[in-house]
Amino acid sequence: MAEPMKIRATMAGDTADIKVLMNHPMETGQRKDAKTGQLVPAHYITEVTATVNGAAVLKAGMGGGVSKNPYLGFKVKGAKAGDKVAVSWVDNTGDKRTDETTVG
Amino acid sequence: MNALRRNVLKGATGAGAVAVAVAAGLITPTRVLAAPRAAFDAKNLADAMKGMGLPAATDSKDIVIKAPDIAENGAVVPVEVTSSIAGTSAIAILAEKNNTPLVADFELSGGAQGYVSTRIKMGATALVRAIVTAGGKTYQATKEVKVTIGGCGG
Repeated sequence: MAEPMKIRATMAGDTADIKVLMNHPMETGQRKDAKTGQLVPAHYITEVTATVNGAAVLKAGMGGGVSKNPYLGFKVKGAKAGDKVAVSWVDNTGDKRTDETTVG
Repeated sequence: MNALRRNVLKGATGAGAVAVAVAAGLITPTRVLAAPRAAFDAKNLADAMKGMGLPAATDSKDIVIKAPDIAENGAVVPVEVTSSIAGTSAIAILAEKNNTPLVADFELSGGAQGYVSTRIKMGATALVRAIVTAGGKTYQATKEVKVTIGGCGG
């Protein structure tokens, strides 16, 4: 069910610039459906982890306050072109997704 | 281990069960949260800060928050936090007037720089606060973002 992420990793000097676009509704559980007036159940990513060549570089916790289809940008020093970047997330319903790319 | 795994999968329909499983370290990727999950449910700034269990933060000019002065759409507010404090190990982003102020926290390791960029929702005009942990100390910076249409309500 989970849609794939878009990950882009480019080198800028000795630092890899990594940008991730996740596909997720990020419902806070506080919004009401315009038609039915019912609260839309909470459905958001709670954890994101990123690794470069298997070593953890970023662990993020998220709440419902992150925008729909979350964007995440970070920089990793010492990474090289060809390094493998993997990003995975878990949401509050237990759904999860992992995607990979290589630093270009 | 397999029987345990079955139980986890069976119980995974409820968010509570997932939280328990995460706490028990059964779900991968496992992590020790810089901010415990409860901090994300805190309804006001003071509780969120307390929930993160961080010592009182000192203001720092070495933290730069890049966010628009006026956000036309509160549902998507780009926020970029750069910390030039040596040894920055964690960055948390809070929107003070949101129903749940703690938006996200980031734990950095293995060469990750003191920089994160993301997009957040803001319910109303408020200060965006960045809290940085570096070398066991806590620093903070704020920036006001004016919101013309809130992004948290219906």
